[in-house]
Amino acid sequence: MTVAAEVISRSEIIKEFRRSKSGLAGVVILFGLIMVTIYAVAAIPLESFGQWNNPNFWIDLPKAAAPAWTNLLGSKVPEHIVLTAKDAAVSSSVDGGIRTVTHSYTVNFNYDSYPSDFMLLYSARYGGTQPILQIDVLRPDGNEFQIYFASLPSSQQGSNEFSARVFSTDRQIANNLRNYAGIFEYPQDTSRPHVMIFSDSQQNRVLKGTYVIRETFYFFDPGDSAVNSGVILGGKVYGLMGTDELRRDLAVGILWGAPVALFIGLTVSIAGIIIGLVYGVVAGYKGKRTDEGLMRINDVFYSLPTLPLLVILSVTIGRSIFLITGFLVIFGWVGMAKISRSLALQLKNMQYVEAAKLMGQSDTKIIFKHIIPQLIPLTFASIAIAVPGAILGEAALSFLGLGDPSIPTWGQILHDANSAGAAPRGLWWWIVPPGLMIAITGLAFVLIGNALDAIVNPRSRKV
Amino acid sequence: MVIVLFATLVLTIALLGPTMDRILLEAIRFYVVEQVNQSDIRFANAAERQRYIDGQIELQVKTIGLDEPWYAPKRFTNTVLKVMVLDLGKSNYLTSETGSANVRDIILEKMPKTILLFTTSTLIVTVIGLYLGAFVANRAGSVWDRLNSSFAVFSGSFPTWWVGMLMIFVFAFTYHIFPARATPLTPPSDPAYALDLLYHMLLPLITIVLVAFGSWAYIVRYFVVGILGEDYIAAKRAAGVPENRILYSHALKNAAPPIVTVIALSLASSFGGAITVEAVFGWPGMGSLYYQAIGFLDIPIIIGLTYISTVIFIITVFLTDIIYAYFDPRVKVA
Repeated sequence: MTVAAEVISRSEIIKEFRRSKSGLAGVVILFGLIMVTIYAVAAIPLESFGQWNNPNFWIDLPKAAAPAWTNLLGSKVPEHIVLTAKDAAVSSSVDGGIRTVTHSYTVNFNYDSYPSDFMLLYSARYGGTQPILQIDVLRPDGNEFQIYFASLPSSQQGSNEFSARVFSTDRQIANNLRNYAGIFEYPQDTSRPHVMIFSDSQQNRVLKGTYVIRETFYFFDPGDSAVNSGVILGGKVYGLMGTDELRRDLAVGILWGAPVALFIGLTVSIAGIIIGLVYGVVAGYKGKRTDEGLMRINDVFYSLPTLPLLVILSVTIGRSIFLITGFLVIFGWVGMAKISRSLALQLKNMQYVEAAKLMGQSDTKIIFKHIIPQLIPLTFASIAIAVPGAILGEAALSFLGLGDPSIPTWGQILHDANSAGAAPRGLWWWIVPPGLMIAITGLAFVLIGNALDAIVNPRSRKV
Repeated sequence: MVIVLFATLVLTIALLGPTMDRILLEAIRFYVVEQVNQSDIRFANAAERQRYIDGQIELQVKTIGLDEPWYAPKRFTNTVLKVMVLDLGKSNYLTSETGSANVRDIILEKMPKTILLFTTSTLIVTVIGLYLGAFVANRAGSVWDRLNSSFAVFSGSFPTWWVGMLMIFVFAFTYHIFPARATPLTPPSDPAYALDLLYHMLLPLITIVLVAFGSWAYIVRYFVVGILGEDYIAAKRAAGVPENRILYSHALKNAAPPIVTVIALSLASSFGGAITVEAVFGWPGMGSLYYQAIGFLDIPIIIGLTYISTVIFIITVFLTDIIYAYFDPRVKVA
């Protein structure tokens, strides 16, 4: 059985590939991943992707919230509620030189559990005299809690705009709530305002109904004004895929991870396989000393421990995504070099190669025009098979905390999940999707690669 | 073999040398300034104090040879020779459980645990793989065969460390069967330590076995199917040798050489996987040590572990060649 007899035409490969169910399944998955990529690029602004590691960018989102669709399955936990100045009912009055501006927000809170926290945003423009901000909550049972009363910081220049947010963990809120502890029939913890404010006064459960949250500004100068306000009730569910401990929207990271993983996987495997192909063919064709020398170098690379060296490389040289891709290529060509060498050994004794040699063609020309084209189908199969290794390699590196800090990858999301203890804390939406994406991407290429390999590789055809 | 070791070592030192020098220099500077601050020496002015400090630093730098770059022939040969004879120096931050800062002590303390976990799991995976592989090879094309093939492809795409996280989620968080961290709580001197260690080992062990055995069975199946097509198997069948005997003693034995190679290589290279798996479970082995050393940038430990794992890998490759020759008489030991 000669190799030449096994070389089959392109149309034959496509025809046989169509018959392979697993190969087609791989193509379908790959197509899905490409759709995800297109969706990510089109629908998710590049800005939110670049700001992945900037905590300020994500501050309006809830902390460690489950995906929103989990509400369909079990008890109704609070959704994330964001109210901006547009939703506020604004009223103002003047009383003896003091101007009062009130922004009141109406929230319908009909969930089975408490919000995870809340934030009150405000922004005011004022001059020399500092205005006072007062925040009240009118509960469905008629009780009214004054939770915050403080003057804004003094302005530096003549007139400036000051914006800040009051967090539910603010000590003043806890202090003020102490005044209302008597309303409850059972002990309440004032250091957990998000629970106390939304609790029933008789029984230890959520008080459902309509809440009114009022932000009242007291201005003492005629030129002062309230610019903006807002209320954020931290939900326990958010969006398609939930959020992580640092309030990041996991959907952004996971969807954007697809193009990154495809880039790494394909670049590494294509570069590695082509280098290995040329290297092996040169070794096999030239033979003798060249072969011996090149194969010894190959042995050295084969015996190097991959992950430890990858770790050392990224610790000392750098962590940019392009560098990591380069490091993976360093270890990606070794296997292909061995395979292509053994095939080149067979091909170089073919009559047409010897004829070309007798005609005086240069070695370079013979290698690139007569030998390598014969191995192209095998190359495609090898590229597809090599992709999962590259993706897993990058994921492992990112998982160890050595990934590119400016780009979210699936491995990095899992690294964050692991260091935040997501598994022991039960935050499954932080663990399952990224790993599943890694596995699915790898699976797609393995399926395609195996199907191609079964068609083009003379060794696996036999079985 | 020695060439490979040497190449790895040179590469590691070349990559880490500059960083190591910088860290050493900073340590010396810190040490000298601290010493001056605590001593009774009085200086006339700040400039004199600075001069004294600079002088002291230079003295120390000269003593340990830091005035030459790491690639200076003398220093370089020194470092390589020291590592080659396993004189791995002292760690910068991490210590062993007994408090020793000697890198060799630290690694030797962790090594048995990595070997325990990965040898046990490889053994289990091998046994399951051999029997399952032979079983489905005999029924090539059946439902079992196809089920096994698809399971192999699926499980092969999963990162083991991710499956580990899922296992912790399921068995430590949802059902409280296993502990989430694999570091035993009882002190090593306690007689119950061994039992506790085994209990903590179970979850990582199950994870590794679960992810690996499918691909294993698939590899075994590949070789056994090839053997089952040979003429002598048909001859045995014709002679009325029982099917199970053909399968498990004749076919499996003849498929052994390539299988042994794959087993040995996977065992030797499991150190790479050990880093991530041990990091997930907190198993106190070499992988966790490596993970911690990365965090602290404890370079003597990183160099030592890389060197030792390369040594282990190369020795295994060498032994595999010998075992291969033993199983396959066609190969002569040169």
